[in-house]
Amino acid sequence: MKHAYTWTAIALIVFASVTGDVLLSRAMKQVGDVGKLHRHSGLLKVMARILRNPYFVLGIVAMAVAFFSLLFGLSWGDVSLIAPASASLTFVGNAAAAKIFLHERVDRRRWIAAALVACGVVFLAG
Amino acid sequence: MFASVGDSMLSRGMKDAGNVSIHRLPDLILAIRDPWIFVGIFFLLGFFAAYMTALSWADLTYVLPATSIGYVLLAFIAKFVLHEQVTALRWFGILLIAIGVSFVASGPELTSHHSGQDPAASGPELTALQEQR
Repeated sequence: MKHAYTWTAIALIVFASVTGDVLLSRAMKQVGDVGKLHRHSGLLKVMARILRNPYFVLGIVAMAVAFFSLLFGLSWGDVSLIAPASASLTFVGNAAAAKIFLHERVDRRRWIAAALVACGVVFLAG
Repeated sequence: MFASVGDSMLSRGMKDAGNVSIHRLPDLILAIRDPWIFVGIFFLLGFFAAYMTALSWADLTYVLPATSIGYVLLAFIAKFVLHEQVTALRWFGILLIAIGVSFVASGPELTSHHSGQDPAASGPELTALQEQR
């Protein structure tokens, strides 16, 4: 049972953080290049523009869900399982989600990068 | 130019976020008044701002692996500042991450629609993209 809770938490963390990353990325693409905007209209206006973006707000909510899922998971399982498992699955999940929802061109190079980083994270926790 | 500025921002953000999270983990609940927590929150905000800035001009699948260079920095901090034992297995993991990051960093940072200013984003890859769409 404990096992099931742990993996449910990992699945929740991965799902929520992938959702959050996709939403935040979409929001920032809508806002536009912050460096250029900053030079044109100043920091406060850029921040207001970001904070008013609905995708940004939803993304933050998703990130909060991911964080509380992490806390939930840590109350059931070991940090040495949950942290690397969720981090590495998030890398791979993000590559897929970015391709599907953001229409990013995830070429072989990026898949390999995501896989290498995911493996590296697992080793790092080992 | 933007890439270099962003990368330095990113690495700074990750370094700070990573550095503090070491201190943050064990006393997450008990030591809320610990000054490390304040510093930690401050640096995490800094990291988040840098992350958002990077996302405004680069793909998610570029930014995310790039931020994982923070794991590599974290290992060096753990070794040289905190004098932790970093095992061979961990160095192997760090090596894998570093290779992964170099893979993605050698490619174009944005699934591009701007007009050929970035030589990495033009050429056969861009035409392939246009065909795909």
